[in-house]
Amino acid sequence: MSDLKNTFLYPIFKGNPISVLVLGICSALAVTVQLKGACVMALSVIVVTGMSSLIVSLLRNTIPNRIRIIVQLVVVAMMVILVDQVLKAYAYSVSKTLSVYIGLIITNCIVMGRIEAFALGNKPLASLIDGLGNGAGYGLILIIVAFFRELFGSGTLFGFRIIPESFYELGYMNNGLMILPPMALILLGCIIWVQRSIQKDLQEK
Amino acid sequence: MNTNSNTYTVIYSVILVVVVAVVLAFTAMTLQPAQETNVKVETISKILTSVGLYDAESGMTNDQILKAYSDNIKEAVLVNAEGNVVGKMQTEAKNIELKGNSDLKLQSTLIKKASEGDAAAKAEIALPVYIFNIDGQDVPVVPCYGAGLWGPIWGYLAFEGDMNTIEGAVFDHKGETPGLGAEIATNWFRNNFTGKKIYNAEGEFTSVKVVKGGAAEDDINGVDAISGGTITSQALEKAIKSWLEAYVPYFETLKAVEE
Amino acid sequence: MEYISLFVKSIFVDNMIFAYFLGMCSYLAVSKNVKTATGLGLAVIFVLLVTLPINYLLNEYVLKPGALAWAGMPDVDLSFLSFIIFIAVIAAIVQIVEMVVEKFAPALYSQLGIFLPLIAVNCAILGASLFMQEKDFINVGEATVYALGSGIGWFLAIVALAAIREKLTYSHIPAPLRGLGITFITVGLMGIAFMTFMGIQL
Repeated sequence: MSDLKNTFLYPIFKGNPISVLVLGICSALAVTVQLKGACVMALSVIVVTGMSSLIVSLLRNTIPNRIRIIVQLVVVAMMVILVDQVLKAYAYSVSKTLSVYIGLIITNCIVMGRIEAFALGNKPLASLIDGLGNGAGYGLILIIVAFFRELFGSGTLFGFRIIPESFYELGYMNNGLMILPPMALILLGCIIWVQRSIQKDLQEK
Repeated sequence: MNTNSNTYTVIYSVILVVVVAVVLAFTAMTLQPAQETNVKVETISKILTSVGLYDAESGMTNDQILKAYSDNIKEAVLVNAEGNVVGKMQTEAKNIELKGNSDLKLQSTLIKKASEGDAAAKAEIALPVYIFNIDGQDVPVVPCYGAGLWGPIWGYLAFEGDMNTIEGAVFDHKGETPGLGAEIATNWFRNNFTGKKIYNAEGEFTSVKVVKGGAAEDDINGVDAISGGTITSQALEKAIKSWLEAYVPYFETLKAVEE
Repeated sequence: MEYISLFVKSIFVDNMIFAYFLGMCSYLAVSKNVKTATGLGLAVIFVLLVTLPINYLLNEYVLKPGALAWAGMPDVDLSFLSFIIFIAVIAAIVQIVEMVVEKFAPALYSQLGIFLPLIAVNCAILGASLFMQEKDFINVGEATVYALGSGIGWFLAIVALAAIREKLTYSHIPAPLRGLGITFITVGLMGIAFMTFMGIQL
């Protein structure tokens, strides 16, 4: 049991796919302008990584080695299409803001990376947990970045006003730079800075 | 079993493809009605916003939105470049017909070609007009569509009976810069348009002008531009002008009837 | 004229890296020196140029709602299959290109070869196809110009970052920021520089 717990927790903090392994950054940043979009994206990635790890792990002994990569891609693409279709039907406004980035989960290295490195050689339950954990680690970073960008960029969280009107009357202004894409990268750089100051063994050279 | 033999690989891939295709086709078929309603409801909620029947914060359900549309609409028609009605669209809640963004895009290219003197394109023009009946008054709503800075921008303008004064407006965009161009979708910007006129004091068609730095109090054709969103503001002005120009013949026929 | 505008826009304004963050994984991993960065950049341009027109035609004649009208099936809407078709095309093309290049141009293969497999899962390639679908290009020409422009934009971005990173090795950076952290911040600053191109219309 503690093994499973470890499988789940390790990728969230110590082996975080974004800040430590540098995987799956592509889709991570463009969806972090608002907390809501980031949460849905995080959830979608958790579902996709978890379920595709589970499916590939169930199939692992039957997959012909030569077409391994293609089979994995097909499974991942199928999960992504399912998620996309469900979002379009039940969360239309969010799916519109995420636009192509849901589709890009397919090429998110986290998904393929975990399948290749873990699900192909482990039991279904462990693979599911590993997938969920990696998705959650990814989601955590997404949500942290989105939190700061929405709070300082628009003064809101989940669309609700957080910074009171009286601040604006005193001359406070929303930081327009926060909403622009490059700020996501700089924030991520800062998150890595903080994490590596705490966990000294992650520092490079 | 030898999982590396050719036969096995081929059979395996065939089965995989079939299974995946079935699963996906099934999901797509099941969810398609809900997805189509979402797209339709989005357009309808925009149209309703322009006449003041919908507010994004009111939390209306899809069914309520559809009902609000069919309860308040008088008729939805298509007009050609000469201003004649050439078609009708269904307005019952169960079976609402609309011209969505892809249709608007098509019409937009036709309008552009027609203004460059392409007669064939001009003959193909069929623009939607949604005529609402609000408190006994006819309120026609017309769309506009054009290219913004990053992607398409579009909107709906509702007119008073004189076909001159704007009663309400609403705009939306695909991907304008948040905080700058994206402000066209906000309430302060759209409320800007209320009460403005599309003909000047001499009675000539001028459309609305987006004025950088804020429109003067007595400027009946001017609205405030978005600071920092100049390109989007100008693109919107252009889109509105080209579309309203195409509607002018129709407006003239409406006015002739009134008189 | 429209081609030129689209070309310039896709290189600078809609830059794959700085405006959309596409292809970040390999962008960060393979930008340690200019030589390998050039190799990967060229490979991306090449694969984009091959896959995007193919995906465009598939989208136009198979996937779009009503696209199968030529086959007598105007009511069929296969757009839900587009992700899977696009990624399959990309994976297959990359594989074929790799084999062809290896057979007929060994010199080129030794330069690009190791990067080709990496590219199948490069978001920039799939991303370009998905943007192509969203942007509704009028003809194959536009899609090809867009592919070339995005490819060159990506190429410029990775070569520029690699050059900066080569210089960065000589600077004193706080230990926790070394490597990945400072790279992110550099890319962010480069992105801000690229934002000067925003709003340019030709």
